[in-house]
Amino acid sequence: MKFSRLVLANLFRKKVRLILTIGSFAIALVLFTFLAVVKSAFSRGTEIAGADRLVVVSRIGLMQLMPISYRDKILAIPGVKAVTHNHWFGGVYQDEKNFFPQFVIDPENQRQVMTELVVPDDQWNNFLKDRQGAIAGARTAARFHWKIGDRIPIKTTLYGGGASEFNLDGIYHSERPGGDESQFWLQWKYFDENAPGPVKSTAGWYVVKLDNPDDAVRVAKAIDEKFANSSFETKSETESAFAAYFVKQFGNIELLILAIGSIVFFTLLLVTGNTMAISVRERTSELAVLKAIGFSGRAVLYFVLAESVIIALVGGFIGLTLAYLAIPVIGLALTGLLPPLILSKSVLTLGLGFALLVGAASGLLPGIGAMRMRVVNALRRV
Amino acid sequence: MIRVDGTGKSNSLIQVRGLDKTYRRGGEEIQVLQRLNLDVDKGDFVAFMGPSGSGKTTLLNLLGGLDVPTHGSITVAGDEITHMSGNKLTQWRARHVGFIFQMYNLLPVLTAFQNVELPLLLTKLSKSDRRKHVETALGVVGLADRMNHYPRQLSGGQEQRVAIARAIVADPTFLLCDEPTGDLDRKSADEIMELIHRLVTEHGKTVLMVTHDPVVATRADTTLHLEKGVLVEGKTSHESVMAGGAA
Repeated sequence: MKFSRLVLANLFRKKVRLILTIGSFAIALVLFTFLAVVKSAFSRGTEIAGADRLVVVSRIGLMQLMPISYRDKILAIPGVKAVTHNHWFGGVYQDEKNFFPQFVIDPENQRQVMTELVVPDDQWNNFLKDRQGAIAGARTAARFHWKIGDRIPIKTTLYGGGASEFNLDGIYHSERPGGDESQFWLQWKYFDENAPGPVKSTAGWYVVKLDNPDDAVRVAKAIDEKFANSSFETKSETESAFAAYFVKQFGNIELLILAIGSIVFFTLLLVTGNTMAISVRERTSELAVLKAIGFSGRAVLYFVLAESVIIALVGGFIGLTLAYLAIPVIGLALTGLLPPLILSKSVLTLGLGFALLVGAASGLLPGIGAMRMRVVNALRRV
Repeated sequence: MIRVDGTGKSNSLIQVRGLDKTYRRGGEEIQVLQRLNLDVDKGDFVAFMGPSGSGKTTLLNLLGGLDVPTHGSITVAGDEITHMSGNKLTQWRARHVGFIFQMYNLLPVLTAFQNVELPLLLTKLSKSDRRKHVETALGVVGLADRMNHYPRQLSGGQEQRVAIARAIVADPTFLLCDEPTGDLDRKSADEIMELIHRLVTEHGKTVLMVTHDPVVATRADTTLHLEKGVLVEGKTSHESVMAGGAA
């Protein structure tokens, strides 16, 4: 503690430079945090996917439909506990910018399979009785200020197109932290009655709940074998593998984020390393005097490191605070384009660790130079 | 009593024997100091004079443990410093040597008080004890009323006084002064030399000083001349000036 005054006095020697360096740290941390949050948003589907669920899609592609009769055949396979099916509705609410996913669900089995998406019983019962009923995720309901009883007009270009109005009978919440609360569910029977011929009696994909997660590979294989060489071959995989495949449709997000993150890291390292090197060089004689009067080389190294780490921590803290304030606003602005952006404690810790690492690394080389500096040579340079 | 013939008594405060210092420059060996002997007793005040490149500052650096000799030994208060490791030597400097530089070398971001306190940060003294020591040292150099001033708010002479306070605050065994008045006007130089002289006469400090200025050298008890790395037998500084012996 008795050396803190010396470290702080040196830090504030060039105030403009200090502010600019802290500023560059803060901006880099905002960018780093944003990238980490985006990455986490894309991979969240994989992380929260049910370990005991399979997704069955057409082998040809996600948009290819399968017969509704597959439901009972899949249910008959040993190890399958329940099966539900979905359709992608692909509608637009008021404006194309107001995107949220709309699924045509199978009310009879939805709650047995998607157990973490909870709807109060009274709301669910109203939904079952209402052919034009709909259930909205809490996030989407909040986004459009919907309340139960509202009429929700949705236009769709799929399945012959047209406009429909749905009654909001309930709002679901996810019991899993970070779970998807943006979906909008419609009744399959109502959809099927109004669907054009080729779409009638079909499902977009099936979700299969297993008795035992350990059976996932066996059951997936059994499902695909059952429909092999038919007109509608299937591709079954775990829900997490399906989520990962879905994310890959956007491109290699992870590689992109890693590349941008690495550039941010090295740029910041060069900027702060250069600043620290200049700062040390400017006071070579002062450091030499410290060593002459009895401060060890290691003490001088610690002083330099302490300065760079303090800059990093202050810049990091400001950056994380800015990110904490900005990410919900950015998330709201990007609703529909990106999954929900959630700044978790782990991302905050990672950001602080990133700041510390860059701070220590940028002070290390100049600090070692100061530690090894020969007093006689340094004093001669004055 | 200062001797340069290697016959000083064994309990001299500083004892230098057969000191050689050779530098390599571009493949060429340059011998700066040659077989140098020196004995300095406690309370002595010795000035080293000589032309540029004669080895004065090199000798001071060796005596202060900032550099290591090529051959020979330096013993201070019974400790032979020539074979000490880097860390030991650093600790030894903190305990035994007070440095006064030509350019003062104060830290501009610290006040006079904080600059003087620096050597005490390496001790186990409490904050209040450090304050007492710093106030005493600044009182000795006559700057008790300027302790909260930054170096930029002080004159050159005052800065050098702060540097002297920093040098004496930890009560070192001896002081090494490298051209302490080299950057000062005559009046300030006289005041600084008066102060250093008082440190010797009133506080019993041992002082070794390098200077180019024969008038400054008269304040020392003895002036030694370095010529081509060899110390010439000393006479009292007063005799030296009277005889026109200054370089």
